This record gives sequence, C-alpha cells and structure tokens, in this order.
Amino acid sequence: MKQFVIAGRELKSRLILGTGGFTNHEVLAGALTASGAELCTVALRRLDPAARGSILDVLDQAGVEVLPNTAGCYTARDAIITAQLAREAFQTDWIKLEVIGDDRTLLPDAVELVAAAEALVDDGFVVLPYTTDDPILARRLEDVGCAAVMPLGSPIGSGMGIRNPYNISILVERAGVPVILDAGVGTASDAAFAIELGCDAVLCASAISRAHDPSAMARAISLAVEAGWLARGAGRIPRRRYAEASTPDEGLPIFDNASQ
Amino acid sequence: MTVTINGASRELPEGATVASVVAALENVPDGRGIAVAVGGEVVPRAQWPNTELREGANVEVVVAVQGG
Repeated sequence: MKQFVIAGRELKSRLILGTGGFTNHEVLAGALTASGAELCTVALRRLDPAARGSILDVLDQAGVEVLPNTAGCYTARDAIITAQLAREAFQTDWIKLEVIGDDRTLLPDAVELVAAAEALVDDGFVVLPYTTDDPILARRLEDVGCAAVMPLGSPIGSGMGIRNPYNISILVERAGVPVILDAGVGTASDAAFAIELGCDAVLCASAISRAHDPSAMARAISLAVEAGWLARGAGRIPRRRYAEASTPDEGLPIFDNASQ
Repeated sequence: MTVTINGASRELPEGATVASVVAALENVPDGRGIAVAVGGEVVPRAQWPNTELREGANVEVVVAVQGG
C-alpha cells in the first residue's frame, strides 16, 4: 500500500498530534509517547515572562518534530507573518496554515485561506492548510501548490466526528496530495473511519488532550489509525439492504414428522 | 523614545536595538523557539543587533506554546 509522503518526506506514523489543551507538559509528554506521532503542532504566542518550561524541550525529549501552525489568524496577512515568524523560530519551512472566519465556529475562511496558501507557497513554504470538507476548495488549495490538504471532519474541538463522510470520500478520491483529516475527531472510531474513507492521516488534539486519560486515548487513536489502515487495505464488503446468509443452506437437515 | 513591546508601552534609550530589547526580557528561550516582528515584518535573528528601533515601533516577541 502507498506510503505516507509529504513534500518528499516519508512519515511512518499516520497520526499527527496537536498539542493544544493538555493540562501540563507531563501529560503532553505521556500522550506523545503513547501516540507514536512523529510530528506535532505548536503555536506562536507573545513571550510570557511567567511561563514555566518550554514545550520545545518536551518535544525534543520525545523525539517529535515541530509542525508550527498559524492558529488564531483571521486574515491572510496575519497568517503569512505568523508563518514567517514560525520559520524563523523553528527553522522549518513546514506550516500548518489556519485562517479562520470567526471565533464561534472556528471554520476556515476560504478566501483568505487560498490567498495565504498561494503567498506562502511562493515564499518557499511547505503548506498544509486546514480547510473545510469542500472538495472544490481542496482542489484550489492543491492548485496553488499546497503539499497536503487538511479537511475538517467537524468544527475544532467539537468532537462531532465526520459529519459529511461523502464529501470527505469525494475529496480524497480527487486529491493529488495527501489528505489529513483535521478537527472533529472525538474518539478512536472517528479516526479509524477517517482512514477507512481514504484519508492518509489524522491530526488529533482535543480528543486526546481533553480525554479523562490522555495517554490511553493517544494509544487508542494510534491503534485506530492503524486498524483503519489495515481495514482499508483489506477491503470492506459491500453494504446490502437485506441479509446474506454466511452459513450455507445445502445439507440442512429436515425435521419433518411425515417422512418417518 | 516610546515603543510598544508585546502590547505594552515602554521607554527605551535612543539607539535601542531588537537584540537589546530581547536581552532585557525575562524568560527568553535560548537558541531556537523565539522570533521577532517589528511593524509586521519579521526581523531575522542575525539582524537583531543592528536593527535599531524607532519612536513608536511595534515590537512583537513570540515563542512556542501548546496549540493546534
């Protein structure tokens, strides 16, 4: 089966961990190990004189690489500056591009997103945009040179799973770049479903970080991603409206009094 | 001169640079994981010592945090 390659780089794990929402660095470290992820997201915020410990130390210790994001940006301009700051801070060209439309839905702003993606690709970035589950928008992002597309299953942090599996499967079918399901995963089965639908990978933050036991959920979702991958390769049976007996009728004994 | 650093107004001597501003901040990570923008333009680390700030400059100093 095909490997998971983004911009020429092969990734062994099909689970990317979002680091938002963990109560502290120890819990994050436990989940990182349990997830088996090779990449995890970080955000940029103003230097806090009172903050204790750097998240980068935690990631270094776990041997996980940084995928910076532009979380919190509402305009292409802000997202572009944030991406450039991230490149300077982390010495990586990779950027998870988020340009959101409002603070209640946190849904992507398609117009600003495509504009930012195009500018960042031109500036040499490997752009991984957080997008809606619209196959046409995904294609536009691919056309401007994005290295992958990251459609949402449902809004960030909602835990609502994949609300429109038909759109996700159409998007996957037509995509020429890797598809990473981003946002909406609530539990392990959602992650397995994403991979079964054809996604190459899953990015997961809240489902793990806000679980009662984040390490256990990280392991569960990691196994679900693997299970989904195996199931997809194995090939599911077609859905039928009526039963199809798995036991043959042939050789069935007849218990008829008349034939005695 | 007055400049704004991470949203707060500060009085700095003439000739203050990005490097001197960052050096005066607390909790600065050494090595990677920090970046600076002045007036919405990223200032590469190598240029911090020779980037002088002007009156009214808006300086943003950002670091890695959990997110996404």
